[in-house]
Amino acid sequence: MKKLFQEFIKGIIRENPTFVLVLGLCPTLAVSVSVANGLGMGIAATFVLLGSSVIISLVKKFIPDQIRIPCYIVVIATFVTIAELCMKAYSPVLDRALGIYVPLIVVNCIVLGRAEAFACKNSVAASFFDGLGMGVGFTLALMFISLIREFIGAGKIFGHTLINAFEPVAVFGMPSGALLVIGLLLGFFNYLKRRKA
Amino acid sequence: MNLRDFLTIFISCVFIYNVILSRFLGLCSFIAISKETKPALAMSGAVMFVITMSSVITWFVYRFLLLPFDLAYLRTISFILVIAAFVQFVEMVIRKVSPHLYRAFGIYLPLITVNCAVLGVAVLNIDMFFINGKAVAGSFYYSLFQGICVGLGYTLAMLLMSGIRERIELCNVPESFKEFPLAFIIASILSLSFMGFNGFKF
Amino acid sequence: MKNNLNVNVSPHIHTNESTAKIMWWVVASLIPAGCAGVFIFGLNALWVIILSVLTALLAELTWQVLTKRKVTISDGSAFLTGLILAYNLPAGVPLWLPVVGAIFSIIIGKQIFGGLGQNIFNPALVGRVFLMASWPSYMTTFIKPLAYDTVTAATPLAALKEGKAIEHLSTLELLLGLRGGCIGEVCILALLLGAAILLIKKYISWHIPVIYIASTGLFTYLFAGKQLFSGDWLFHILSGGLILGAFFMATDYVATPLTRKGQVIFGIGCGLLTGVIRIWGGYPEGVAYSILMMNAATPFIDRYTKNKVYGAV
Repeated sequence: MKKLFQEFIKGIIRENPTFVLVLGLCPTLAVSVSVANGLGMGIAATFVLLGSSVIISLVKKFIPDQIRIPCYIVVIATFVTIAELCMKAYSPVLDRALGIYVPLIVVNCIVLGRAEAFACKNSVAASFFDGLGMGVGFTLALMFISLIREFIGAGKIFGHTLINAFEPVAVFGMPSGALLVIGLLLGFFNYLKRRKA
Repeated sequence: MNLRDFLTIFISCVFIYNVILSRFLGLCSFIAISKETKPALAMSGAVMFVITMSSVITWFVYRFLLLPFDLAYLRTISFILVIAAFVQFVEMVIRKVSPHLYRAFGIYLPLITVNCAVLGVAVLNIDMFFINGKAVAGSFYYSLFQGICVGLGYTLAMLLMSGIRERIELCNVPESFKEFPLAFIIASILSLSFMGFNGFKF
Repeated sequence: MKNNLNVNVSPHIHTNESTAKIMWWVVASLIPAGCAGVFIFGLNALWVIILSVLTALLAELTWQVLTKRKVTISDGSAFLTGLILAYNLPAGVPLWLPVVGAIFSIIIGKQIFGGLGQNIFNPALVGRVFLMASWPSYMTTFIKPLAYDTVTAATPLAALKEGKAIEHLSTLELLLGLRGGCIGEVCILALLLGAAILLIKKYISWHIPVIYIASTGLFTYLFAGKQLFSGDWLFHILSGGLILGAFFMATDYVATPLTRKGQVIFGIGCGLLTGVIRIWGGYPEGVAYSILMMNAATPFIDRYTKNKVYGAV
């Protein structure tokens, strides 16, 4: 049980997909305009990660080694399609806000990376917790970035204005602001790491 | 369908909605391979070719397979398979026909399958040039042209970035910001300067 | 020993004194334009300039102290960055705007790349486009010249873009700077005076500015009119920030090409981009953006216009 818990917890900080592994940045940057979008994207990605990890570790014995990548992609794409259709049905607003980045979860390096690096070698339970941990880590990172961007770029959090006198720095809501935030954050984390060492 | 539309597509794909700097597609390869100009150019060439071809192929798949049989919900899954198969095929052909070309481009091809730019453009084409399950007039040419222009935008960003990064190799950059963080900040400034084309109307 | 072995990218500036000397001369040559700006737009312009310069100096000092680097604020480069940034702002902006802009210019535009001599982009312009993207309404509200209160006026280029009939500005008015615009860009005569000083002292070469201005003029002559060959090229050259940009920003030592051939390409590129943005872009003015884009292309231009080593194939 303890081991499973470790599989879960490692994705959140020590091997955080966004800040430590620097994977799957496309959706991270594109949808982090507001916390609500970030949360939606995070949940969708976590669902895909969980589903694909479990299924791949279930069928890993039957997949021939040479064609494993296409097989993984089919499994992943299936879950992405499910997520996409659910989102369209239950939250069309979110679906419109996330746009093409929902189908693009298919090519998100985190998902395929976990399938290739973890799920195809480990038990179902371990894969489940690994997928969950990575998903939660991704969601937290995404929410962290979108929190910064929504607050500085629009002066709001979850759509609520906090300080009236604050004049939002609109650029943080734009693509260049996203690149700036991720660059500064990565630099900051490097700095912390170097100071510890 | 006229010249004006094509020019607008060109400016918007290359500058305003630059595939990397504004849509963030293919960001991983952009950051990873832009350290030197030569590999950056090779990668750009490969990406441009694959994006253009996959725009064409996925258009045909969508128009003549998915739409008539009411299978539009299989879009994501079928596109990624078609793209993967196509890339695999190109890799095999190049390896057989020109070992020289294979050495230059070959190692980048497998990477391209999971390059979000390729699937991204395919999905974008469908979103933009099919309305209510019907192709708009000239949608094939628009898709083809958009594929080419996105490739050009990718190449432009890659070239500028690799030139800049070769130069800052020698600079006295603060330790914590070396490599990735600075690359993102440069990309951010590039993106800011491309905003000059916002609202372009010909 | 370690401090003497300084491996840097070109341009190789040999001693600190000469860098500082050039920087302070550039500052001096910009003073007439600033005085004109303050005279035309009133005291708020002076506050903007002072705050921008002070903040730039403070930001550089703070960063260098925090990162334990050599403090170099006396070399004039931070002063110059702050000054040019202020010249690129409208006179009526709220006073926190130059402060934020100067901090951004110095930290993101310059220090993160390693400080003076290593910045890829012109720091002041990085600050300007950042402000433009963040607070476009402040950045495009201009004060009416010689009115000394909050009467706003559109710049001639903005009026042109919105399709309004241009108030008839004579060439003399444009030269003197009696129009809406940013603090340092309006008075063409003062700018030309400063540029002449720099040219005579040989601190800048004429290539980039002249080619830049000429290609903008040619491009607007070709395409800005109702039909080809009927654009008002003189108007386009004298309005907006073209003169300020061409002489004082496109000649930045660090962020522009080193070879003559490269400089010609740089100038033409800037001119074309400026023309394209002015005529078809959403913004009325494209000088800042086009110089930044060409700054980005500079390493690439340098690479392909390098003088061949004699005898090398």
